[in-house]
Amino acid sequence: MDFGPYLLLATMEGAVGAAVLALTALGLSLVFGVMRVVNVAHGEFFMLGAVIAWWVAHLVGAHPALGFLAALVVAPIMVGLVAAVAERLVLRRLGYDPEATIVATIGLLYVIQQAALSTFGPDARPVEPPVDFRILLPWFGYSGYKLLVIAAAAALMLCVWWVLARTRVGLMMRATRFDRETARAFAIPVDRVYGGVFALGAMLAAVGAVLIVPIQQAHYLMGHDPLLLSFIVVIIGGLGSLRGTVLAALVIGMSDGVISVFFSPTLAKILATLLVAIVLVIRPTGLFGARAA
Amino acid sequence: MTTKAAKPGSFRVNRRTALQGMAGAAGLMAAPGFVRYAQAHSGAPIKLGVPIHRTGIGASYGRWYERVLTAAVKLVNEGGGIAGHRVEAIVEDDGTDPRRGTEVIEKFATQHKVDAVFGHLFSHVVNAAAPRAGELKMPYIVCSEGHHVASVKLNRYCFQPGITDVKSQVQSMAPWVMANLGKKVTMIFPDYAFGHDHRDYFSAAVKAKGGEVVALIPIPPTETSFTRHFPKIPASTEVLYHVMVGPGVLTFVKELGQHFGSKRPQLFGFVDSIEAVDLASPALEYLEGTHFWEGNPRYAQANQSAHDKFFRERVGVDANGASKSDPKDVSTYAHMFSVWETLFIIKQAMEKADYHGPEKKVAFMEALESLKEFPESRQHPQGRKIFNGKTHQVFGHQFISKVENKKLKVVHKTSIEDGMYPDEGDYTKMSF
Repeated sequence: MDFGPYLLLATMEGAVGAAVLALTALGLSLVFGVMRVVNVAHGEFFMLGAVIAWWVAHLVGAHPALGFLAALVVAPIMVGLVAAVAERLVLRRLGYDPEATIVATIGLLYVIQQAALSTFGPDARPVEPPVDFRILLPWFGYSGYKLLVIAAAAALMLCVWWVLARTRVGLMMRATRFDRETARAFAIPVDRVYGGVFALGAMLAAVGAVLIVPIQQAHYLMGHDPLLLSFIVVIIGGLGSLRGTVLAALVIGMSDGVISVFFSPTLAKILATLLVAIVLVIRPTGLFGARAA
Repeated sequence: MTTKAAKPGSFRVNRRTALQGMAGAAGLMAAPGFVRYAQAHSGAPIKLGVPIHRTGIGASYGRWYERVLTAAVKLVNEGGGIAGHRVEAIVEDDGTDPRRGTEVIEKFATQHKVDAVFGHLFSHVVNAAAPRAGELKMPYIVCSEGHHVASVKLNRYCFQPGITDVKSQVQSMAPWVMANLGKKVTMIFPDYAFGHDHRDYFSAAVKAKGGEVVALIPIPPTETSFTRHFPKIPASTEVLYHVMVGPGVLTFVKELGQHFGSKRPQLFGFVDSIEAVDLASPALEYLEGTHFWEGNPRYAQANQSAHDKFFRERVGVDANGASKSDPKDVSTYAHMFSVWETLFIIKQAMEKADYHGPEKKVAFMEALESLKEFPESRQHPQGRKIFNGKTHQVFGHQFISKVENKKLKVVHKTSIEDGMYPDEGDYTKMSF
């Protein structure tokens, strides 16, 4: 294949990856930014979203688009509920202590993963894409659905931005993130904000998973890669910085796509991890992170 | 922030938690798996350890290997067991993981104290576990189709008498592919031992027949999307040879369809790419008219043997290769016969050695090495096979099938001799 079309394909692949990664990493970043909790179980919320999407699509059974739309609504809500319960039963009891919550979320990771294994089973299961058309370029064909994923992810991110920047709920979140004690003094229900943020973070991962599942299939071990990449993105972008997260997701997602196509996926992961190391050495707060309080 | 963490006493052990812990431990001891080695057996049954990929990327294979195992053990016991002893198969899940696979071998040897281990499948797990089996002096009889046993690079305890190896498979089929599909081949294969066997031996076989491998595309085992690899397929490719395993298979075919559309090269795949996958799945219509290697035809053919019929009946598989209780639950038919056949080979060798306990382990393995031929029968429903005691590897027929109306139809059956190659060593010269 010539260089031009080759690059085009690499860019398209990278954009799909970046879009979903941005959504997923945004959830992780939000949870850390507001709650200072490093959620190691984030990848499992992603997996849970995909598995529930399969289940819902399978249950609805009618036209694939109908099943998919139902999954797009139901899966994030259910994952959000699971996250809210976990927040109430586990994280709150630990007083959101940074170290204890890391260990607790590692435990949560295994609980969710094994629960999926024993109910959903070890097989990879496909979900049909809501639309199935092929875009025919002169050099190669491309899945139309993948382009839709990019658009949907961008729209969802705009929604998140709007909620955070323009609504009262967003204001509460930002206030809690800025200074928890003062926020409480201004009668912001910090506990409820925490529960909500943790659920919202998980829901973002779940939405990302629902979008990706018609491309990738649902599998109980699929949470590993998104978790690793999300961490990379969040560290490079600056822990807690949403703008940094989205930018870093674009950089990592695109470079992952391009390097994977031209060289090998393994090299892409190596370079991304190397970039993390460099960022941590040169600018420990990340590209957009604020100085540690 | 850390100071806020653990309230004093939040992790204190009080009487209630201590009692709960003790109750839990007692419950664990009473669980079925534990009893086996909590109370030692006195050697009456013959115990076979079977590591199964119940979880991990080999899970669909594992599910069916276990079903075949259960059916075969039942049949053997109905017929009086092995040398008068009842057969007891002890299954452990290894998560399709090399490290866990090795631990499981140790567990079989030290806790379950089995007479032999058999049925291991994925080649990266086999390669990791085989040296440990040798160290523990445990007969280790695999159903893996990798070339590792026949390469004579493992040890005298390792055998593969129930399924042919990749080198033999690709060598016997390459001439047909060259003659019927094309001479310029691009290979897509998983980037670990099993895939490397394909890369090395198919490339060699293609060159020997005057063909050319124009590109080699290794895929990392955890890959979930494949589009990014397709640009590496050169335009001059006449045949795209694909062998993929793991959860990404459906995605692979679908993306192949999206990328190439109707202007595709000929496709020749190892059925491993679609084992346990319903050919009537959406997106797989793209495979219509393409060819596959099959170790054993999944769909009952017009000339189906009575032995194949019997095998399907006992394992609970219908004429489409799916579970009788759930037509969506498709089997790994091209491979799973090996578990069945291997158990009957173990029986044959043990009875030949007059085996009644572990003190006859060496005699059992020598008897296994002395076996020459397995005729097509109920015990060997896949067909006649010739066993090489020096390389511990069996040779048999291969099938090339075409996808027609969402079913696989056999179009060519190779001879056993097509897959033979010179010995690469001699296990019988090694010590036990």
